[in-house]
Amino acid sequence: MTKKTKEPTLDFTTNWAYEPAPEDTKHITLKKQYDLFINGEFVKPNSKKYFATYNPATEEKIAEIAEADEKDVDKAVKAARKAFEKWSKISAQERGKYIYRIARLMQERAREFAVIETMDGGKPIRESRDIDVPLAANHFFYYAGWADKLEYAFPGRTPKPLGVAGQIIPWNFPLLMAAWKIAPALATGNTVVLKPAETTSLTALKLAELIRDSGLPEGVVNIVTGAGKTGAAIVNHPDINKIAFTGSTDVGKIIQKAIAGTDKKLTLELGGKAANIIFEDAPIDQAVEGIVNGIFFNQGHVCCAGSRLFVQESVADIVIRKLKDRMETLIVGNPLDKNTDIGAINSKEQLSKINKYIKIGIAEGAEIYQSSCAIPGKGNFCKPTLFLNASQSHRVVQEEIFGPVLTIQTFRTIEEVIEKANNIPYGLSAGVWTDKGSKIFNLTSKLRAGVVWANTYNKFDPTSPFGGYKESGFGREGGLHGLMPYLKF
Amino acid sequence: MARLEVLKTYKIFIGGQFPRTESGRYYPLKNKKGEVIANICLSSRKDFRNAVVAARGVFGGWAGRAAFNRSQILYRIAEIMEGRKEQFIAELILQGAASKSATDEVITAIDRMVYYAGWCDKYQALFSSVNPVASSHFNFSVAEPTGVVAVIASEENSLLGLVTAIAPIIAGGNTCVVLASESKPLCSVTFSEVLNTSDLPGGVVNIMTGSSAELHTHFSSHMDVNAMVYYRTNKAEVKLIKENASLNVKRVFIYDSQNMATNKAQSPYFINDLQETKTTWHPIENVGSAKGGY
Repeated sequence: MTKKTKEPTLDFTTNWAYEPAPEDTKHITLKKQYDLFINGEFVKPNSKKYFATYNPATEEKIAEIAEADEKDVDKAVKAARKAFEKWSKISAQERGKYIYRIARLMQERAREFAVIETMDGGKPIRESRDIDVPLAANHFFYYAGWADKLEYAFPGRTPKPLGVAGQIIPWNFPLLMAAWKIAPALATGNTVVLKPAETTSLTALKLAELIRDSGLPEGVVNIVTGAGKTGAAIVNHPDINKIAFTGSTDVGKIIQKAIAGTDKKLTLELGGKAANIIFEDAPIDQAVEGIVNGIFFNQGHVCCAGSRLFVQESVADIVIRKLKDRMETLIVGNPLDKNTDIGAINSKEQLSKINKYIKIGIAEGAEIYQSSCAIPGKGNFCKPTLFLNASQSHRVVQEEIFGPVLTIQTFRTIEEVIEKANNIPYGLSAGVWTDKGSKIFNLTSKLRAGVVWANTYNKFDPTSPFGGYKESGFGREGGLHGLMPYLKF
Repeated sequence: MARLEVLKTYKIFIGGQFPRTESGRYYPLKNKKGEVIANICLSSRKDFRNAVVAARGVFGGWAGRAAFNRSQILYRIAEIMEGRKEQFIAELILQGAASKSATDEVITAIDRMVYYAGWCDKYQALFSSVNPVASSHFNFSVAEPTGVVAVIASEENSLLGLVTAIAPIIAGGNTCVVLASESKPLCSVTFSEVLNTSDLPGGVVNIMTGSSAELHTHFSSHMDVNAMVYYRTNKAEVKLIKENASLNVKRVFIYDSQNMATNKAQSPYFINDLQETKTTWHPIENVGSAKGGY
């Protein structure tokens, strides 16, 4: 599979290999079986059913997770409703202090959370340790401070909480998405019923333990586990005031339709297919790093991944050569190893979806390139993949793959690349690489996307609003803007 | 011999032009006595689709106008409305309003347009932010218009319903297609004439007359409409609009038209509803030193 590029190139043949640098897993505590977290305690599911969660890198079973049915969800909503009466009335500063406590406890247990996140979800330990967990803790810390300052956020208005928020989160950033959902909801005085994704429930359940330990009043946060049916029970529950969903555009549309006849408020953070645009005057080496970070971060399981690369024709050869060289250095393998750049694909289903798209891309006539790296014989892994000479109409260009697969198109003029970048139903994010400031501002104002990274990519911060245009959803998470979806005026 | 009055043909307003509905259909508008005042266009799905094409075509240009320029154009609309005040009042009376309430409605509508003219270059400062991220980046969020907005305006308020709906939409740089009141459609045509003589680019506002019962499903299911605003109370229509909106994740806003004459019906938050938040990141170089003296 090795395709050595022509022209001067880097030679990666060497006897030097990385020594394994596995993260220690002995310090973590995991139960064999997890129940539902309702009204401040772990309770057996009414369904009496449990499903297994696996380590996608080893295919070993880690634990069993309770499956919540409609009755369980109802119980959680009742607990949240009861808790809302008190939680929305305690002093705002006290409310904030509870949230600060959660942030601090998470910082103290950060390494344990990082290891479990990597074991359950497959992402490299470097990412869970340096990005997911610290950002999650920071998110709680940030919103804690808002709790008693809401009247300054919305001039001329008196904000009030909505009530019970039903929150459904995806498997790509399990703990971080839980933090994005829970922190602003609590700061604004709402109570929560949260459902993590079925393949990655563990850190949400560890968060439930942490919340219990924090002394947060019972019922303010309830965590119910399960798959789509559990999610549907939340969406359709009549006593929920707000649905916050992060996940695929397909499911987002189903939810939007399902609650059409109700007064439930909704925010949707859905799929994306971001254009990452490299101009000829870009700092090429930095841009190549940005391309790699844009598409291979978290195995490409990122709604804002820079999955459509647009390179100006005059620099296409050099960018692609450097990109291929850089890809050769990427280490795909054991997510717990600190040298690993690309971990395991989250589930068998997702791996087969990615492989399906790779077949589609080949059949459509795009030219495939994969790095020559070895991948483990066991577990769900996918080589970093490029599709060169892709065209706008290809399905691999139009549809979200959610894996380490990058399509590459070239362009000549700014008009052309803006047209192509925007000509897609999604509008979550975009990237622009150029050394010219005025060009950056031209592009960022014309790209129809909620987040634009200029000369950088895939950066996140609790103070920074995140969310989409068009079919990538509505509402913002993070920053002052992230308060609004949880308030009425 | 008494002079024969020249009667007005009431048409719709699409892309800066005044066509009749392509369908050729009409409905008679009657006064209190049951006499026919005018034949009003019963607009069709095709009219709506044409209007969306017009609105989409000028969206980039309108959104790209300087905020100050949009402000001047909205103020210009108010100026021209003021000049047409008597005509609006006469139309409201013709549609059954008492003289006092007709005058109040027109005055409120004009003042509301001035109110939003002032917001055009100010809401950004309220709804944008510079975000102090922990990494070495400059990060800011700005409000940008959502796009093409489909509006089903208030049934009870003829002129005020249109202004209340349209002003915050276009103040924020969006373009729109509006269905006017079915039972009180006369002002919509006159208001279109005002818009057409106010330096507002053709297509930014498109106004149709006709039936919500027929058109709400087409308004809400169109795949090139980004948002939908509804000022009526029909629960079945609301449900269907929200369901159809899911086809392309439209933003839907159901507004109350009960207090339209009060200040509750105007606020920068109505502008903000039809704004998207865009966050831009750029690295900050850390070269050179800024020590105590800086």
